[in-house]
Amino acid sequence: MTQRQVFPPLSLHLRALACGRGGMVLVEGLELVVPAGTGLLLRGPNGAGKSTLLMTLAGLIPPLGGAVELAGQDGEAGPAIHYCGHRNAVRPRLGVAETLAFWTAVNGASGLGVADALERVGLARQARLDAGHLSAGQQRRLALARLLVTARPVWLLDEPTAALDAEGHGLLEAMLAEHLAAGGLAVVATHETLDLAGLRTLDLGATA
Amino acid sequence: MSGFSALLRRELRLALAHGGEMLTLVLFFVIVGAITPFAVGPDQALLARIAPGIVWIAAFLAMLLGLGRLFGPDHEDGTLTLLRLAELPLAAAVAAKVIVHWLTAALPLVLATPILALLLAMDGETLGRTMVSLLVGTPALAGFGAVGAAVTLAARRGGLLAPILIAPLSVPVLIFGVGAVSPSGGPDQAWTALLLLAALSLMAAALSPLVAALALAWGEE
Repeated sequence: MTQRQVFPPLSLHLRALACGRGGMVLVEGLELVVPAGTGLLLRGPNGAGKSTLLMTLAGLIPPLGGAVELAGQDGEAGPAIHYCGHRNAVRPRLGVAETLAFWTAVNGASGLGVADALERVGLARQARLDAGHLSAGQQRRLALARLLVTARPVWLLDEPTAALDAEGHGLLEAMLAEHLAAGGLAVVATHETLDLAGLRTLDLGATA
Repeated sequence: MSGFSALLRRELRLALAHGGEMLTLVLFFVIVGAITPFAVGPDQALLARIAPGIVWIAAFLAMLLGLGRLFGPDHEDGTLTLLRLAELPLAAAVAAKVIVHWLTAALPLVLATPILALLLAMDGETLGRTMVSLLVGTPALAGFGAVGAAVTLAARRGGLLAPILIAPLSVPVLIFGVGAVSPSGGPDQAWTALLLLAALSLMAAALSPLVAALALAWGEE
Protein backbone atom coordinates (compact mmCIF):
# COMPACT_ATOMS: atom_id res chain seq x y z
CA MET A 1 0.00 0.00 0.00
CA THR A 2 1.39 3.37 -0.96
CA GLN A 3 1.48 6.21 1.51
CA ARG A 4 -1.48 8.53 0.98
CA GLN A 5 -0.91 12.22 1.33
CA VAL A 6 -2.85 13.98 4.07
CA PHE A 7 -5.03 16.77 2.82
CA PRO A 8 -5.23 20.27 4.28
CA PRO A 9 -8.35 20.65 6.44
CA LEU A 10 -10.99 21.67 3.92
CA SER A 11 -14.66 21.95 4.55
CA LEU A 12 -17.54 22.25 2.15
CA HIS A 13 -20.12 24.88 3.10
CA LEU A 14 -23.58 24.97 1.58
CA ARG A 15 -25.26 28.29 2.29
CA ALA A 16 -28.99 28.53 1.61
CA LEU A 17 -28.30 26.50 -1.49
CA ALA A 18 -31.01 26.02 -4.06
CA CYS A 19 -30.50 23.97 -7.17
CA GLY A 20 -32.55 22.49 -9.95
CA ARG A 21 -32.65 21.57 -13.59
CA GLY A 22 -34.41 23.22 -16.50
CA GLY A 23 -36.02 25.90 -14.32
CA MET A 24 -37.46 23.37 -11.85
CA VAL A 25 -36.26 23.84 -8.27
CA LEU A 26 -35.41 20.48 -6.72
CA VAL A 27 -33.56 21.42 -3.55
CA GLU A 28 -34.04 24.62 -1.61
CA GLY A 29 -32.59 26.34 1.45
CA LEU A 30 -29.87 23.79 2.09
CA GLU A 31 -27.62 24.83 5.01
CA LEU A 32 -24.90 22.31 5.60
CA VAL A 33 -21.24 21.91 6.43
CA VAL A 34 -19.24 18.87 5.42
CA PRO A 35 -16.01 19.02 7.46
CA ALA A 36 -12.75 17.34 6.52
CA GLY A 37 -12.62 13.64 7.22
CA THR A 38 -16.36 13.13 6.97
CA GLY A 39 -18.72 12.00 4.30
CA LEU A 40 -22.24 12.95 3.37
CA LEU A 41 -24.57 10.33 2.02
CA LEU A 42 -27.29 11.65 -0.29
CA ARG A 43 -30.45 9.63 -0.32
CA GLY A 44 -33.81 10.11 -1.89
CA PRO A 45 -36.13 8.71 -4.53
CA ASN A 46 -35.38 9.04 -8.25
CA GLY A 47 -35.68 12.63 -9.32
CA ALA A 48 -35.19 14.03 -5.82
CA GLY A 49 -32.21 16.05 -7.05
CA LYS A 50 -29.24 14.00 -5.86
CA SER A 51 -27.35 14.23 -9.15
CA THR A 52 -28.32 17.86 -9.59
CA LEU A 53 -26.99 18.70 -6.13
CA LEU A 54 -23.73 16.90 -6.88
CA MET A 55 -23.30 18.73 -10.18
CA THR A 56 -24.02 22.03 -8.44
CA LEU A 57 -21.43 21.22 -5.76
CA ALA A 58 -18.94 20.40 -8.50
CA GLY A 59 -19.63 23.77 -10.11
CA LEU A 60 -20.80 22.12 -13.31
CA ILE A 61 -24.18 23.87 -13.17
CA PRO A 62 -24.75 27.19 -11.44
CA PRO A 63 -26.85 27.17 -8.25
CA LEU A 64 -30.30 28.71 -8.48
CA GLY A 65 -29.70 30.45 -5.17
CA GLY A 66 -27.28 30.53 -2.27
CA ALA A 67 -23.67 29.48 -2.57
CA VAL A 68 -21.23 26.60 -2.32
CA GLU A 69 -17.94 27.41 -0.65
CA LEU A 70 -14.86 25.38 -0.11
CA ALA A 71 -13.25 26.80 3.04
CA GLY A 72 -9.56 26.37 3.74
CA GLN A 73 -8.57 25.93 0.11
CA ASP A 74 -5.13 26.99 -0.97
CA GLY A 75 -5.64 29.13 -4.06
CA GLU A 76 -2.49 27.75 -5.67
CA ALA A 77 -3.43 24.12 -5.21
CA GLY A 78 -5.45 23.74 -8.39
CA PRO A 79 -8.79 21.95 -8.68
CA ALA A 80 -9.83 20.27 -5.43
CA ILE A 81 -12.81 18.31 -6.68
CA HIS A 82 -13.13 14.85 -8.16
CA TYR A 83 -16.50 14.32 -9.78
CA CYS A 84 -17.56 10.84 -10.76
CA GLY A 85 -20.86 10.89 -12.59
CA HIS A 86 -23.05 8.34 -14.30
CA ARG A 87 -20.94 8.42 -17.40
CA ASN A 88 -17.55 6.81 -17.03
CA ALA A 89 -15.66 8.82 -19.65
CA VAL A 90 -14.17 5.57 -20.92
CA ARG A 91 -13.55 5.59 -24.66
CA PRO A 92 -13.27 2.49 -26.84
CA ARG A 93 -10.09 2.25 -28.96
CA LEU A 94 -7.97 3.53 -26.07
CA GLY A 95 -6.22 1.07 -23.78
CA VAL A 96 -7.13 0.74 -20.10
CA ALA A 97 -3.72 1.87 -18.83
CA GLU A 98 -3.57 4.46 -21.60
CA THR A 99 -6.89 5.96 -20.47
CA LEU A 100 -5.69 6.22 -16.90
CA ALA A 101 -2.32 7.65 -17.94
CA PHE A 102 -4.17 10.28 -19.95
CA TRP A 103 -6.22 11.37 -16.94
CA THR A 104 -3.10 11.37 -14.79
CA ALA A 105 -1.46 13.80 -17.21
CA VAL A 106 -4.53 16.01 -17.50
CA ASN A 107 -5.38 16.11 -13.78
CA GLY A 108 -1.89 15.97 -12.29
CA ALA A 109 0.05 12.98 -10.95
CA SER A 110 -0.36 13.55 -7.24
CA GLY A 111 -1.65 10.11 -6.24
CA LEU A 112 -0.89 6.50 -7.01
CA GLY A 113 0.94 5.45 -10.15
CA VAL A 114 -1.11 4.06 -13.03
CA ALA A 115 -0.09 0.44 -12.45
CA ASP A 116 -0.73 0.64 -8.70
CA ALA A 117 -4.14 2.24 -9.20
CA LEU A 118 -5.17 -0.45 -11.70
CA GLU A 119 -3.95 -3.12 -9.28
CA ARG A 120 -6.03 -1.53 -6.55
CA VAL A 121 -9.28 -1.55 -8.54
CA GLY A 122 -8.62 -5.04 -9.85
CA LEU A 123 -7.86 -4.20 -13.46
CA ALA A 124 -4.16 -5.08 -13.49
CA ARG A 125 -4.71 -7.99 -15.87
CA GLN A 126 -6.71 -5.82 -18.28
CA ALA A 127 -4.15 -2.99 -18.39
CA ARG A 128 -3.35 -3.47 -22.07
CA LEU A 129 -6.88 -4.23 -23.15
CA ASP A 130 -8.98 -1.90 -25.29
CA ALA A 131 -11.17 -0.03 -22.77
CA GLY A 132 -14.18 -0.58 -25.03
CA HIS A 133 -13.99 -4.30 -24.25
CA LEU A 134 -14.44 -3.80 -20.51
CA SER A 135 -17.74 -4.78 -18.89
CA ALA A 136 -19.90 -2.07 -17.33
CA GLY A 137 -18.58 -2.89 -13.86
CA GLN A 138 -14.99 -2.86 -15.06
CA GLN A 139 -15.52 0.51 -16.74
CA ARG A 140 -16.83 1.82 -13.44
CA ARG A 141 -13.71 0.47 -11.73
CA LEU A 142 -11.58 2.30 -14.27
CA ALA A 143 -13.53 5.49 -13.51
CA LEU A 144 -12.85 4.95 -9.79
CA ALA A 145 -9.14 4.42 -10.51
CA ARG A 146 -9.12 8.00 -11.75
CA LEU A 147 -9.82 9.12 -8.17
CA LEU A 148 -6.66 7.34 -7.04
CA VAL A 149 -4.11 8.65 -9.56
CA THR A 150 -4.78 12.29 -8.69
CA ALA A 151 -5.10 13.15 -5.01
CA ARG A 152 -7.91 15.65 -4.55
CA PRO A 153 -9.56 16.34 -1.19
CA VAL A 154 -13.19 16.47 -2.34
CA TRP A 155 -14.90 13.47 -3.91
CA LEU A 156 -18.35 13.88 -5.38
CA LEU A 157 -19.64 10.47 -6.38
CA ASP A 158 -22.90 9.87 -8.17
CA GLU A 159 -24.09 6.32 -7.59
CA PRO A 160 -20.55 4.97 -7.59
CA THR A 161 -21.69 1.41 -6.88
CA ALA A 162 -23.76 1.18 -10.06
CA ALA A 163 -22.78 -1.96 -11.99
CA LEU A 164 -20.25 -2.96 -9.31
CA ASP A 165 -20.24 -6.46 -7.82
CA ALA A 166 -20.02 -7.20 -4.08
CA GLU A 167 -16.25 -7.13 -4.18
CA GLY A 168 -16.33 -3.78 -5.97
CA HIS A 169 -18.74 -2.50 -3.36
CA GLY A 170 -16.21 -3.43 -0.69
CA LEU A 171 -13.44 -1.80 -2.71
CA LEU A 172 -15.39 1.46 -2.86
CA GLU A 173 -16.00 1.37 0.91
CA ALA A 174 -12.30 0.80 1.50
CA MET A 175 -11.34 3.62 -0.89
CA LEU A 176 -13.77 5.99 0.84
CA ALA A 177 -12.58 4.99 4.32
CA GLU A 178 -8.98 5.66 3.31
CA HIS A 179 -9.91 8.93 1.68
CA LEU A 180 -11.73 10.16 4.79
CA ALA A 181 -8.91 8.96 7.04
CA ALA A 182 -6.47 11.04 4.97
CA GLY A 183 -8.54 14.12 5.75
CA GLY A 184 -10.54 14.20 2.54
CA LEU A 185 -14.27 14.66 2.34
CA ALA A 186 -16.88 13.03 0.19
CA VAL A 187 -20.46 13.49 -0.91
CA VAL A 188 -21.96 10.27 -2.22
CA ALA A 189 -25.35 9.75 -3.80
CA THR A 190 -26.38 6.14 -3.57
CA HIS A 191 -29.35 3.82 -3.05
CA GLU A 192 -27.21 1.20 -1.39
CA THR A 193 -25.84 1.02 2.13
CA LEU A 194 -22.25 2.01 2.74
CA ASP A 195 -20.65 0.60 5.85
CA LEU A 196 -18.44 3.49 6.89
CA ALA A 197 -17.62 5.53 9.96
CA GLY A 198 -18.01 9.31 9.78
CA LEU A 199 -20.95 9.26 7.38
CA ARG A 200 -23.94 11.52 7.72
CA THR A 201 -27.09 11.09 5.71
CA LEU A 202 -29.09 13.77 3.95
CA ASP A 203 -32.48 12.59 2.82
CA LEU A 204 -33.50 14.74 -0.12
CA GLY A 205 -36.95 13.21 -0.27
CA ALA A 206 -37.61 14.77 3.14
CA THR A 207 -36.42 18.29 2.33
CA ALA A 208 -38.07 18.56 -1.06
CA MET B 1 1.96 21.35 -20.31
CA SER B 2 2.11 17.56 -20.06
CA GLY B 3 -1.68 17.53 -19.92
CA PHE B 4 -1.82 19.43 -23.20
CA SER B 5 0.48 17.01 -24.99
CA ALA B 6 -1.34 14.05 -23.44
CA LEU B 7 -4.61 15.37 -24.85
CA LEU B 8 -2.96 15.96 -28.25
CA ARG B 9 -1.73 12.37 -28.23
CA ARG B 10 -5.12 11.01 -27.19
CA GLU B 11 -6.97 12.94 -29.88
CA LEU B 12 -4.50 11.85 -32.56
CA ARG B 13 -4.73 8.24 -31.42
CA LEU B 14 -8.52 8.35 -31.60
CA ALA B 15 -8.53 10.07 -34.98
CA LEU B 16 -6.11 7.52 -36.43
CA ALA B 17 -8.03 4.63 -34.82
CA HIS B 18 -11.08 5.92 -36.67
CA GLY B 19 -9.05 6.40 -39.85
CA GLY B 20 -12.09 5.66 -41.98
CA GLU B 21 -13.60 9.01 -41.05
CA MET B 22 -10.52 10.82 -42.28
CA LEU B 23 -10.71 8.95 -45.55
CA THR B 24 -14.39 9.83 -45.86
CA LEU B 25 -13.56 13.54 -45.69
CA VAL B 26 -10.87 13.22 -48.34
CA LEU B 27 -13.19 11.22 -50.59
CA PHE B 28 -15.95 13.79 -50.17
CA PHE B 29 -13.47 16.55 -51.01
CA VAL B 30 -12.36 14.76 -54.17
CA ILE B 31 -15.91 13.88 -55.22
CA VAL B 32 -17.08 17.50 -55.04
CA GLY B 33 -14.24 18.39 -57.40
CA ALA B 34 -14.83 15.37 -59.62
CA ILE B 35 -18.49 16.10 -60.31
CA THR B 36 -17.91 19.77 -61.09
CA PRO B 37 -16.71 19.23 -64.70
CA PHE B 38 -19.89 17.25 -65.36
CA ALA B 39 -22.04 20.02 -63.94
CA VAL B 40 -20.40 22.98 -65.71
CA GLY B 41 -19.48 21.24 -68.94
CA PRO B 42 -16.13 20.32 -70.49
CA ASP B 43 -14.90 23.87 -71.08
CA GLN B 44 -11.29 23.62 -69.93
CA ALA B 45 -10.68 27.37 -69.78
CA LEU B 46 -13.76 27.92 -67.65
CA LEU B 47 -12.84 24.98 -65.38
CA ALA B 48 -9.31 26.25 -64.88
CA ARG B 49 -10.66 29.69 -64.00
CA ILE B 50 -13.10 28.47 -61.34
CA ALA B 51 -10.92 25.62 -60.07
CA PRO B 52 -9.51 27.46 -57.00
CA GLY B 53 -13.04 28.40 -55.97
CA ILE B 54 -14.23 24.80 -56.34
CA VAL B 55 -11.32 23.54 -54.25
CA TRP B 56 -12.08 26.03 -51.48
CA ILE B 57 -15.79 25.17 -51.49
CA ALA B 58 -14.96 21.46 -51.35
CA ALA B 59 -12.54 22.04 -48.45
CA PHE B 60 -15.09 24.15 -46.57
CA LEU B 61 -17.80 21.48 -46.94
CA ALA B 62 -15.49 18.60 -46.09
CA MET B 63 -14.32 20.33 -42.93
CA LEU B 64 -17.94 20.88 -41.88
CA LEU B 65 -18.46 17.13 -42.17
CA GLY B 66 -15.67 16.50 -39.69
CA LEU B 67 -17.03 18.86 -37.04
CA GLY B 68 -19.41 16.33 -35.49
CA ARG B 69 -16.64 14.29 -33.95
CA LEU B 70 -14.88 17.33 -32.45
CA PHE B 71 -16.89 17.50 -29.21
CA GLY B 72 -19.80 15.09 -29.76
CA PRO B 73 -18.30 11.81 -28.51
CA ASP B 74 -16.59 13.49 -25.54
CA HIS B 75 -19.86 15.15 -24.63
CA GLU B 76 -21.74 11.86 -24.71
CA ASP B 77 -19.35 9.78 -22.64
CA GLY B 78 -18.76 12.40 -19.95
CA THR B 79 -15.15 13.21 -20.87
CA LEU B 80 -16.04 16.85 -21.45
CA THR B 81 -17.52 17.16 -17.95
CA LEU B 82 -14.29 15.86 -16.45
CA LEU B 83 -12.16 18.12 -18.64
CA ARG B 84 -14.01 21.04 -17.09
CA LEU B 85 -12.73 19.94 -13.68
CA ALA B 86 -9.23 19.14 -14.92
CA GLU B 87 -6.06 20.92 -14.00
CA LEU B 88 -5.59 21.66 -17.68
CA PRO B 89 -7.70 24.75 -18.52
CA LEU B 90 -10.67 23.95 -20.73
CA ALA B 91 -9.50 26.46 -23.33
CA ALA B 92 -6.18 24.60 -23.60
CA ALA B 93 -8.08 21.34 -24.02
CA VAL B 94 -10.15 22.91 -26.79
CA ALA B 95 -6.99 24.27 -28.42
CA ALA B 96 -5.51 20.76 -28.49
CA LYS B 97 -8.70 19.45 -30.05
CA VAL B 98 -8.74 22.18 -32.70
CA ILE B 99 -5.11 21.47 -33.60
CA VAL B 100 -5.88 17.77 -34.08
CA HIS B 101 -9.06 18.65 -35.97
CA TRP B 102 -6.93 20.69 -38.37
CA LEU B 103 -4.32 17.93 -38.67
CA THR B 104 -6.91 15.25 -39.42
CA ALA B 105 -9.62 17.18 -41.28
CA ALA B 106 -7.71 19.92 -43.14
CA LEU B 107 -4.17 18.72 -43.78
CA PRO B 108 -5.30 15.57 -45.65
CA LEU B 109 -7.39 17.82 -47.90
CA VAL B 110 -4.42 20.02 -48.71
CA LEU B 111 -2.44 16.90 -49.57
CA ALA B 112 -5.27 15.63 -51.78
CA THR B 113 -5.49 18.90 -53.72
CA PRO B 114 -3.23 17.65 -56.59
CA ILE B 115 -5.93 15.09 -57.43
CA LEU B 116 -8.46 17.89 -57.79
CA ALA B 117 -5.97 19.91 -59.84
CA LEU B 118 -5.88 17.06 -62.31
CA LEU B 119 -9.66 16.81 -62.49
CA LEU B 120 -10.14 20.56 -62.84
CA ALA B 121 -7.43 21.27 -65.42
CA MET B 122 -5.40 23.39 -63.01
CA ASP B 123 -1.88 24.31 -64.03
CA GLY B 124 1.11 23.72 -61.79
CA GLU B 125 1.50 27.27 -60.59
CA THR B 126 -2.16 27.62 -59.62
CA LEU B 127 -1.97 24.28 -57.81
CA GLY B 128 0.96 25.54 -55.76
CA ARG B 129 -0.83 28.78 -54.88
CA THR B 130 -4.03 26.92 -54.00
CA MET B 131 -2.19 24.59 -51.64
CA VAL B 132 -0.47 27.52 -49.94
CA SER B 133 -3.73 29.41 -49.56
CA LEU B 134 -5.42 26.29 -48.14
CA LEU B 135 -2.55 25.79 -45.70
CA VAL B 136 -2.79 29.38 -44.53
CA GLY B 137 -6.58 29.63 -44.49
CA THR B 138 -7.89 26.30 -43.18
CA PRO B 139 -6.81 26.99 -39.55
CA ALA B 140 -9.39 29.79 -39.58
CA LEU B 141 -12.05 27.37 -40.81
CA ALA B 142 -11.06 24.90 -38.06
CA GLY B 143 -11.26 27.61 -35.41
CA PHE B 144 -14.62 28.98 -36.52
CA GLY B 145 -15.90 25.43 -36.88
CA ALA B 146 -14.91 24.65 -33.29
CA VAL B 147 -16.87 27.67 -32.05
CA GLY B 148 -19.92 26.61 -34.06
CA ALA B 149 -19.66 23.01 -32.82
CA ALA B 150 -19.30 24.15 -29.21
CA VAL B 151 -22.25 26.55 -29.35
CA THR B 152 -24.56 23.98 -30.92
CA LEU B 153 -23.40 21.05 -28.79
CA ALA B 154 -26.20 21.40 -26.25
CA ALA B 155 -28.86 21.88 -28.90
CA ARG B 156 -30.41 18.77 -30.30
CA ARG B 157 -29.87 18.43 -34.04
CA GLY B 158 -26.93 20.77 -33.56
CA GLY B 159 -25.24 19.10 -36.50
CA LEU B 160 -27.53 21.02 -38.83
CA LEU B 161 -27.33 24.26 -36.91
CA ALA B 162 -23.55 24.56 -36.79
CA PRO B 163 -23.04 25.17 -40.55
CA ILE B 164 -25.58 28.01 -40.46
CA LEU B 165 -23.60 29.67 -37.68
CA ILE B 166 -20.25 29.04 -39.30
CA ALA B 167 -21.09 30.05 -42.86
CA PRO B 168 -21.10 33.85 -42.32
CA LEU B 169 -17.83 33.64 -40.37
CA SER B 170 -16.26 31.62 -43.15
CA VAL B 171 -17.20 33.98 -45.96
CA PRO B 172 -14.09 36.19 -45.54
CA VAL B 173 -11.90 33.08 -45.44
CA LEU B 174 -13.31 31.93 -48.79
CA ILE B 175 -13.02 35.41 -50.32
CA PHE B 176 -9.37 35.89 -49.33
CA GLY B 177 -8.57 32.22 -49.90
CA VAL B 178 -9.61 32.38 -53.53
CA GLY B 179 -8.28 35.94 -53.82
CA ALA B 180 -4.83 34.68 -52.89
CA VAL B 181 -4.91 32.22 -55.79
CA SER B 182 -6.55 34.06 -58.66
CA PRO B 183 -6.59 37.76 -57.86
CA SER B 184 -8.63 40.04 -60.03
CA GLY B 185 -6.11 42.88 -59.52
CA GLY B 186 -2.66 41.35 -60.07
CA PRO B 187 0.00 39.69 -57.92
CA ASP B 188 0.10 42.52 -55.35
CA GLN B 189 -3.48 41.81 -54.47
CA ALA B 190 -2.75 38.11 -54.14
CA TRP B 191 -0.09 38.84 -51.55
CA THR B 192 -2.45 41.14 -49.63
CA ALA B 193 -5.17 38.50 -49.70
CA LEU B 194 -2.75 35.89 -48.38
CA LEU B 195 -1.71 38.19 -45.52
CA LEU B 196 -5.34 38.86 -44.62
CA LEU B 197 -5.98 35.12 -44.74
CA ALA B 198 -3.08 34.58 -42.35
CA ALA B 199 -4.50 37.28 -40.08
CA LEU B 200 -7.86 35.51 -40.02
CA SER B 201 -6.21 32.22 -39.15
CA LEU B 202 -4.10 33.74 -36.39
CA MET B 203 -7.14 35.48 -34.95
CA ALA B 204 -9.19 32.29 -35.07
CA ALA B 205 -6.36 30.28 -33.51
CA ALA B 206 -6.01 32.75 -30.65
CA LEU B 207 -9.68 33.43 -29.91
CA SER B 208 -11.64 30.35 -30.90
CA PRO B 209 -10.38 28.08 -28.05
CA LEU B 210 -11.44 30.70 -25.50
CA VAL B 211 -14.84 31.30 -27.09
CA ALA B 212 -15.49 27.60 -27.64
CA ALA B 213 -14.47 26.78 -24.04
CA LEU B 214 -16.87 29.43 -22.76
CA ALA B 215 -19.66 28.01 -24.89
CA LEU B 216 -18.93 24.48 -23.67
CA ALA B 217 -18.93 25.53 -20.01
CA TRP B 218 -22.25 27.31 -20.43
CA GLY B 219 -23.95 24.87 -22.69
CA GLU B 220 -22.94 21.56 -21.15
CA GLU B 221 -25.12 21.67 -18.08
